[in-house]
Amino acid sequence: MGLEGIKVIYSGSPILDIPSLDVQEGMTLAVIGPNGAGKSTLLRLLGLLERPTHGRVLFRGQPIPPRGNLLSLRRRMASVFQEPLLMDGTVEENVSLGLRFRHVHPTELSRRVREGMATLGITHLAKRRIRTLSGGEAQRVSLARALVLDPEVLLLDEPFAALDPPTREGLLADLKTILGKTRMTTIFVTHDRDEALALGDQVAVIIDGRILQVDVPERVFAGPVNEEVARFVGVETILPGHVRSVCDGLASIEVAGWTLDVAAPLTPGERVLICLRPEEITLYPTGVLPAPSSARNQLHGRVIRHLPTGPIFRVTIDCGVPIVAAVTRQSWEQLGLADGAEVAVSFKASAPHVIRRA
Amino acid sequence: MELIWQGTKQALLLLVHGDPEVLRITLLSLQVSGAATLLSLLAGIPLGTFLALARFPGRSIAVSLVNTGMGLPPVVVGLFVGIFLWRAGPLGFLELLYTPTAIVIAQFVIAAPIVTGLTVAAVQQLNPRLRVQLLGLGASRLQVVWLLLKEARLPLLAAMMAGFGGVISEIGASMMVGGNIYRQTRVLTTATVLETSRGNFDMAIALSLILLLLTFAINWTLTWIQQRGRTP
Repeated sequence: MGLEGIKVIYSGSPILDIPSLDVQEGMTLAVIGPNGAGKSTLLRLLGLLERPTHGRVLFRGQPIPPRGNLLSLRRRMASVFQEPLLMDGTVEENVSLGLRFRHVHPTELSRRVREGMATLGITHLAKRRIRTLSGGEAQRVSLARALVLDPEVLLLDEPFAALDPPTREGLLADLKTILGKTRMTTIFVTHDRDEALALGDQVAVIIDGRILQVDVPERVFAGPVNEEVARFVGVETILPGHVRSVCDGLASIEVAGWTLDVAAPLTPGERVLICLRPEEITLYPTGVLPAPSSARNQLHGRVIRHLPTGPIFRVTIDCGVPIVAAVTRQSWEQLGLADGAEVAVSFKASAPHVIRRA
Repeated sequence: MELIWQGTKQALLLLVHGDPEVLRITLLSLQVSGAATLLSLLAGIPLGTFLALARFPGRSIAVSLVNTGMGLPPVVVGLFVGIFLWRAGPLGFLELLYTPTAIVIAQFVIAAPIVTGLTVAAVQQLNPRLRVQLLGLGASRLQVVWLLLKEARLPLLAAMMAGFGGVISEIGASMMVGGNIYRQTRVLTTATVLETSRGNFDMAIALSLILLLLTFAINWTLTWIQQRGRTP
């Protein structure tokens, strides 16, 4: 599947602007972006459920005609949405719905429905009425209903967004196994970074209707191409600076009065953004610093706030610039940290990702 | 009170003995209002579905017109259908005035907006994303419409009940285009008015009771079908 020169405009406002996008066969493309970024519109375009204002949708290299009946092409795909959107009736009837649309022979139909329900672990629910199902069960039915069609392209629009965490994790794991086995071309839209990491062979980051980066998940998360992507993929510390000198692949970058060493192929004079993930930063009480090393940066500051998120505390330190670190609850207590406490911040020269600024 | 009691007693006797005139009137009422309701369903459900799902300029005006039509006074309908069917009217050549068919036409005009309006509401109360989901599973447009109507069957049954209730109980249109002709166009409502004016309260009460029982029986059946669909 692919897109070429796509623009979608609603009432004069641009919603999507995608010069090109290519989804490789047998791969799962996870499209991530904040709410309102245009993810669902993108999925509806790919599912031939909406036509673009400009541009072309490609299916197996062939452009989709701008007019005419798309039913035969649409029947080679299947969509699953955030809401299960099941029809009144039993689980079995719902799972067979798409097969009945395609007038599949009854023997073949019941075989595929049985297999589909078994794959999603809902065989025991076959005769249950839809309105008696839990959210997780309903979403399993919705997924089974799409998977029994054995589609050439599977389109998933935030299918786990409405589920509680344990249900979500169970279903996510099952779906990963199923997609791994079937190698079905899948486009999976989500605003959740963990889901994208779990399922995506490739990740596309979409913000304000534009796809800003497409790459394997590791590269997108470790090497965001700009500040917007960096913020969305979980980089909480972004420090503007400029390169003062470079020696043996180690650049000295001045940031708010500090000189930081960063292992990156830079040239003196360049303006850059230094991106640091919270987990790459280590905190020490002042005076208990490790031996200075050329490969380790050290800054001093004061804790300005901390936010407990489960067993991890996100600690913001004012070092002239705000730096966010993640420490365990245990470390927080052992280090005797508190809001207002002085603290030393340390990170390896190889830890930051550097984005060049224009 | 005595009048009501005597009238009811007489009415029950008429019913128990199966008075042929009462039976004829009842049967004609059922046929006429049944046919009008059926025709209004045939026209109103597709039109209501179209208005609910399609997007075109002037759609909201069309929906407003239908909603206005839901409150059409039967007398006004009777007057205009009558004008069309008069000998000198545009459809006078059909010679339908003062026939059961004329009553069916008038009652259709009353019931069709009710069924259409309630169909629009029934289809629009469905989750709008359901339609996209069905298309996303490979449904044709016809399959989508069929499944949406199936999903909205409970409110659609309510539309049917409202349509039938509207026409079985109306009197103005039946009187004006049917003429309340003995053994030809006399229906339960027009006959009740006539018998009351004649002072035949037993007959009038008998006819009213039948009208009530009939309306109750049909609505009870439809409600039973409707509520059965709600049980898990």
